[in-house]
Amino acid sequence: MTGPSQSPAHPFAQRSGASAFYNRLFTGFVWFVGICVIVFILGLLFLLLQKGLPKLTWDFLYGLPSEIEEGGGIGPALFNSFYVLFLSLVISIPLGLAAGIYLAEFAPDNKWIGLVRICVEGLSSVPSIIFGLFGIALFVEMFQVGLTILGGAVSLAFLNLPVLTRVTEESIRAVPVEMKNASFALGSTHLQTIRRVLIPVALNGIITGICLVAGRAFGESAVIILTAGVTTSGSMWDFNLFSPGETLAVHLWYVQSEAIVPDAREIAQKATAVLIFVVLLINVIFRVPLWLNNRKTKL
Amino acid sequence: MLDLHPSGQASAAAELGSSLRTGSGPSFDRKARLRVFNSAFKIACIAAAAFVCLILLSILFFMFRTGVLTFQDVSFREFFLSTDWDPENDRYGALLFIFGTFALTGLTLLFSVPFSVIIAIFLAEMTPAWLRNLLRPVLDLLVGIPSVVYGFLGMTLLVPLLRDLTGHELADGLLAASIVLTIMVLPTISRISDDAITAVPKKYRDASYALGSNRLQTIVRVVLPAAGRGIMYAVILGMARAIGETMAVVMVIGNTAQIADSLFKPTAVLTSNIVMQISSVEFDSTWNYALYMMGFLLLVISLLMIVVMRFLQRKGGGHA
Repeated sequence: MTGPSQSPAHPFAQRSGASAFYNRLFTGFVWFVGICVIVFILGLLFLLLQKGLPKLTWDFLYGLPSEIEEGGGIGPALFNSFYVLFLSLVISIPLGLAAGIYLAEFAPDNKWIGLVRICVEGLSSVPSIIFGLFGIALFVEMFQVGLTILGGAVSLAFLNLPVLTRVTEESIRAVPVEMKNASFALGSTHLQTIRRVLIPVALNGIITGICLVAGRAFGESAVIILTAGVTTSGSMWDFNLFSPGETLAVHLWYVQSEAIVPDAREIAQKATAVLIFVVLLINVIFRVPLWLNNRKTKL
Repeated sequence: MLDLHPSGQASAAAELGSSLRTGSGPSFDRKARLRVFNSAFKIACIAAAAFVCLILLSILFFMFRTGVLTFQDVSFREFFLSTDWDPENDRYGALLFIFGTFALTGLTLLFSVPFSVIIAIFLAEMTPAWLRNLLRPVLDLLVGIPSVVYGFLGMTLLVPLLRDLTGHELADGLLAASIVLTIMVLPTISRISDDAITAVPKKYRDASYALGSNRLQTIVRVVLPAAGRGIMYAVILGMARAIGETMAVVMVIGNTAQIADSLFKPTAVLTSNIVMQISSVEFDSTWNYALYMMGFLLLVISLLMIVVMRFLQRKGGGHA
C-alpha cells in the first residue's frame, strides 16, 4: 500500500522527465520553506528569551517600577497581570461553561438558537480593541469608576467568553452519544449526566480551551490599556479592585514607547522574557498532564 | 438468601417510602429536589447564553450610539472620503485609516498565505510522524505568544534591520507592520489549513496515485482543491486577526496621520489610531465620537467576515 514512487522495481515508477523533476523540486522546496520558516520563528523567540532570561533577578520581578531612575522592577505589573487574569477567569469560566453546555445540551434546533450561535461566533471575532472601547463606555462613562482593575478584568472576561463558550460546546458535542445514553439508562437525570459523564469526558478539550484563553488574557494589552490604564498603584499586593491595573504586557509597551527611564530597553527585554516564559508555562503546565493521560488511555 | 423476611422487608420499605414522602421535618422528596436542581441549572445555562448575546448586542448598541454622534458635526462625506485627519482643527477625515487597515491586511495576506499553505502542506503531507507530532504543538504554542511581544520584536529587530537595508531614515510603516503581522498570523493560518488538508479523505489521494500522478500533481490537483474551503476559512480567520490587531501594529507603524503612498512611510490604521488617541480625549467630544465610529467600522468589518465564514461553512456542509 505504499505510494508508487516508493517502489523502484515497478516499471512505471522509473518515469523521468519534467513532471518527476518538478515533483522532486516541489518536495525540496516545501521542505526548505517549512524548515526555514519554523526555525526562523523559533529562533526569534529563542533570541528574546536568551536576551532576557539570564538577566532576571528576584529584585526585578519583585521591585517597584521607577519613572526616572535606573533599576526599576516589574513587581506590581506582574502581580496585576495574574490578578486580572484570575478575576477575568473567575467571571468568564462559569458563564462560558454554562453557555456552552446550554448550546450543546439544551438548545432546541431552531432559528433563535441559530441566531445565538451567530452571536457567539461574531463576538469571538470582534477585535480586542472594541472590547476596550466598550469597557470605557461602560465603566468610565456609565459607572464613573475610572480606569480600574475591575474594569480591565470584566472587559477581558467579555473577550474570553465567546471562546470558552465555543470550546465547551464543541468538546461536549464530541462526547460519544453512547456514554450519554448509558448514563440516562442508569436512571440519572440530565444534570447528573452532565456533571458526572459529559463534563469529565469533555474536560480535556475544556482545559485546553481555558489555557488558550488564559494565555491570551495574560498577554492581552489593548483592552488593558483602555480599561485599566498604564499606571499601577505603586505598591505590591494591592488587592483593591478599584486601583489602576497596568499589567506586564502593557508595561512592556509603555516602557518601550513612552517611558523615559534610561534602562528602558533592558527592562523591556526582561519583561518580554518573563511574558513569553509565563505564557509557555501556562500552556505546558496545563497540557502535559492531559497529554500524558491521553497516551496512557490510548495504549 | 433473598427471601429471608419477605413480608417484613416489604413493610419496612413501604414505611420508609411513606416516611420519606410525608415525614416530619424538611421535606426530602428526592424526585422533586432533582427536578428543581435540573430546571434551575437549565435556567442558569439559558441565562448565560442570553448574556453572551446581550454582550454583543450592547457592544453594537454602544458603539453605534456613540459613533453616530460624529455626524452631528462632521458630514458623512468628510468622514469617509477625506484623508485630512486633524482633530485639533476640527477636520475628521478617516479615509486614511480605513485605507491603511485594508492595505495592511492585504499586504499581510500577500506574505502570509503562500508561506502558510506551504507549511500546512509540509506538515500534513510530507513530514514524518514524529516531526509532525513535535511541530504541531509548537505551532499551537506560537499562536499564544502575546501580540505585544511581536510588536517589541518588530520595534527592536525588524525596524533597525529595514532601516539599514533600505537606507530610509524611518523604516516604520506598512511593510514593517505587515511583516510583523505575517509572523503573527502564520501559525494560525497554517495550523487550520493543516487540519483542513489532513481531513481530506485518504481515498482521494489513493485514487490520484492510482491514476499515475506523482505527489506534486496529487497535492496541487486533488488535495488542495478538496481542502480549499478549509483553507479559505483559515485565511479569513487570519484576516480577522490582522484587521483587529492593535499593539503589534502600534509599535511598528509609526502612528502618523498621513496616507501611506510608500511602504516605508509612517502611517496609521484604525486600531492604532484608536488606541493612541482615545485616552487623551474627552468622552463628550466629536474627536471621541469619531474614534468610536472608527471602532464601529472595525466591528462591522469583522462581523461581515463572520457572515462570509458561515456562508463558506454552510456550503461546505452541503457539499460533503
